[in-house]
Amino acid sequence: MGWLSLAIWTPIAFGAVLLALGKQGQEGLVRWLALAGSLLSLLVTVPLYQGFRLGTAAMQFVERHTWVERFNIHYHVGLDGLSFWFVPLTAFITVIVVIAAWEVITERVNQYMGAFLILSGLMIGVFSALDGILFYVFFEATLIPMYLIIGIWGGPNKIYAAFKFFLYTLLGSLLTLVALIYLYTQSGGSFDIATWHRLPLSSTAQTLIFFAFFAAFAVKVPMWPVHTWLPDVHVEAPTGGSAVLAAIMLKLGAYGFLRFSLPIAPDASHRWAWLMIALSLVAVVYVGLVAMVQKDMKKLVAYSSVAHMGFVTLGFFVFSDLGMAGGIVQMIAHGFVSGAMFLSIGVLYDRMHSRDIAAYGGVVNVMPRFAAFALLFAMANCGLPGTAGFVGEWMVILAAVKANFWIGLLAATALIFGAAYTLWMFKRVYLGPVANEHVRELTDINGREFLIMALLAIAVLYMGIYPKPFTDVMDASVAELLRHVAVSKLP
Amino acid sequence: MDTFGWATLTPEILLLVMACVIALVDLRVTGTRRTLTYTLTLLTLAATALIAGWQAVQGGTAYGFSNMVVNDPMGNWLKCFASVAMMATLVYSRSYAGERDMMRGGELFILGMFSLLGMFVMIGGNNFLVIYLGLELLTLSSYALVALRRDDTTATEAAMKYFVLGAMASGFLLYGLSMLYGATGSLDLGQVLKAISSGQIRHQVLVFGVVFIVAGIAFKLGVAPFHMWVPDVYQGAPTAITLIIGGATKFAAFAMAMRLLVEGLLPLAIDWQQMLAVLAVASLLVGNLAAIAQSNLKRMLAYSTISQMGFVLLGMMSGVVRGDAASAYNAYSSAMFYIVSYVLTTLAAFGVILLLSRKGFESDEISDLAGLNQRSPLYAAVMAVCMFSMAGVPPMVGFYAKLAVLQALVTSGLPLYVGLAAFAVVMSLIGAFYYIRVVKVMYFDAPVDATPVVAGADARLVLALNGALVLVLGLLPGGLMALCAQAIVKTLGT
Repeated sequence: MGWLSLAIWTPIAFGAVLLALGKQGQEGLVRWLALAGSLLSLLVTVPLYQGFRLGTAAMQFVERHTWVERFNIHYHVGLDGLSFWFVPLTAFITVIVVIAAWEVITERVNQYMGAFLILSGLMIGVFSALDGILFYVFFEATLIPMYLIIGIWGGPNKIYAAFKFFLYTLLGSLLTLVALIYLYTQSGGSFDIATWHRLPLSSTAQTLIFFAFFAAFAVKVPMWPVHTWLPDVHVEAPTGGSAVLAAIMLKLGAYGFLRFSLPIAPDASHRWAWLMIALSLVAVVYVGLVAMVQKDMKKLVAYSSVAHMGFVTLGFFVFSDLGMAGGIVQMIAHGFVSGAMFLSIGVLYDRMHSRDIAAYGGVVNVMPRFAAFALLFAMANCGLPGTAGFVGEWMVILAAVKANFWIGLLAATALIFGAAYTLWMFKRVYLGPVANEHVRELTDINGREFLIMALLAIAVLYMGIYPKPFTDVMDASVAELLRHVAVSKLP
Repeated sequence: MDTFGWATLTPEILLLVMACVIALVDLRVTGTRRTLTYTLTLLTLAATALIAGWQAVQGGTAYGFSNMVVNDPMGNWLKCFASVAMMATLVYSRSYAGERDMMRGGELFILGMFSLLGMFVMIGGNNFLVIYLGLELLTLSSYALVALRRDDTTATEAAMKYFVLGAMASGFLLYGLSMLYGATGSLDLGQVLKAISSGQIRHQVLVFGVVFIVAGIAFKLGVAPFHMWVPDVYQGAPTAITLIIGGATKFAAFAMAMRLLVEGLLPLAIDWQQMLAVLAVASLLVGNLAAIAQSNLKRMLAYSTISQMGFVLLGMMSGVVRGDAASAYNAYSSAMFYIVSYVLTTLAAFGVILLLSRKGFESDEISDLAGLNQRSPLYAAVMAVCMFSMAGVPPMVGFYAKLAVLQALVTSGLPLYVGLAAFAVVMSLIGAFYYIRVVKVMYFDAPVDATPVVAGADARLVLALNGALVLVLGLLPGGLMALCAQAIVKTLGT
């Protein structure tokens, strides 16, 4: 078993053990075991980073075993520059989520921790899968733990949110399944994604496949107009669920575009790029405006997620290496920043049990240390230079301006809207005089909360100041993907 | 020596002898636990499962009694699975039946064995009349089983309904068989196939017979529009009996469809495939839409069965494409895989209902499962795995069953079939709604019933194994898929 398989299966194994530890009075053991499991899972990604060879677009750490012989399905995993960073990112966010839940989750701790660890392994599996069915299995299996997380530990309207999440995403991915089977028959019985990349396809077939994949990935990203599930789900999900959802799960969709839509249907991707760009711009501009009028903090950040993910898809579909690399950088950066934003809201929610912006005011007076972190994350969310949020957005805007000035101009308005809704929320929640008695009684963050905030702050700043390790990894793969997409696959 | 071919009937003979012996032994057994009867029955079923499994592994095809019965890998595997399914059913049912006055005599076990014998005869039949005999033995035992609680009005009503509609369906089937007999002059499946292939027989007469045969099979499989009995019987019958009807019996119904339609009437595939397509579409629609509205778990599972059987038919109808049977193995083995995974999942789901019920409490409303996760994480997990499996969510076995069938449809390359695959996919989305609603009740709702969940160690163990198998076969489905594929290839290839 190679390091990559270990990265996938270590958290799943720990999660399974945790699910078996259900007795009362074992909560302490469960918490420490979950922490150990998530740390170990993060640790096994270190050899992946050390062993990753730069300058090649080839798959690395490849493992290939026959899985289902009759359908020629393989357990085939590997990483390239497009997928690499999401593996440590997922493991990192899982550690954060485990620590963040430490005292907050008191009911059925083992199931909560187990669900997150299993979810972590499954998501790493999605990023590493090189077989269509393996990808689909991991992609779909993530629905089960997330459905339970939202439904069991969520807010008052959790059941509606859990169903909306499950059915909305299932609808998209079921159509993808038909596309996968179609590709299987067209390629003469292979589920190998690399084989599909080379498969010549007619124009109609490409269009159908493109939209079948679009159904799954656009819902997951989520792109306007199929984004409506995200705010509902974020509002109801527990803090950890929101953090994982925003930080990693949305990226599964964007990653799907890179791995499936663009290389398998390049002609259709070019033909429909105008539509994708238009939808992305609507997400950036319109959803940005929608975010501004939200009264609920989580909803605001959820809409801001949609707007930020609009940058990602915009970067992909202008077809330049700057845009594509910018999109991927934005995915990673948004992973840190949105995770941090939701965890900050979680810190407040644990104390006040309210997400209403109006319920707060002057938090900085009673929680100065926390407010400092929150300010940093808010700045990163509006894309201040020197933070992670800036790098990707800047690259995408540059690429967009090169492609077409007006697209670039519209995309750049996001910097204004982003600053507007984030800073306005920051002002209303943190600044000014103490708004009411509840706020006055707030206590500043404890050591555990300080730890997760500090870890995220380091990540956000490091990526903003020195993004080279991130871009170096993806350069060769992005260039190769663009070369591939530029060549027509029409027979 | 063995001019009749007794060896081909070893499991059937063993089952018949032991059923009679146990019926006699049971006269001396008292009490409602019936430990001796129970143990002997399970040992017998284990023995038949082993014999059938051993014969299946040998892989040969043998005919016995002047081609009346056939012993081939597909049949042997189905017999083996049916025995195991019946064993699991009896283990789950024991305390349920004991608490409901169904164990004053050993009828549950003896009728169960006779119904299994009927299944075996159906599965191994190579002649219209033998298949029909097996069917009658199975259904007559089932009618009696449904009516086993003589003081229960709903069960009696269900038995009446089952009997009347079942008799009508048998009539349909018999009428169709007699048409074919008249046209081809033979009751032997091989002879019928030859006669039809010769092209000498008027097509109209054959199609006329096929319509009735398909109607009869559709009734036994419980697919729309011949599904009327399914919800009422599933709900009305004691849960243990529902499981016999909804579990092991489906193997026999599948075998009957394979024997009659594929082994006997393959040259008419163009005709019966169209009928199956209509039945499949109707079942997917009716089953999935009606299941949404159910509050009774057994009734919901009944409608879900209707839709699942629609999927089986989708697999069976993609065997012959434009007169070319090249993809037949692929299609029929996917249908067989589907039925095996369906029965496995159904066993576990009903097993949970059976173990949760207690004296005077049926636990068959969906709301009875509220908060099950807090009361018993094991049962909740098994039920959740089953529901996700039926919804076709990976990594459960149900996903691969759906994948296999969809793959068979898309591989055919016909635009209509690809369209049907898309339709089936949309229907499974609707299905997902009512399946995950059960998960919601178990995991998200607060328990209303604080009674501790008690069940025998044997039943708990079997249930845990059963649930684990749904998951493990989902992670590693290759073995079972290969088994089904080889069974079909060896059976049809000769």
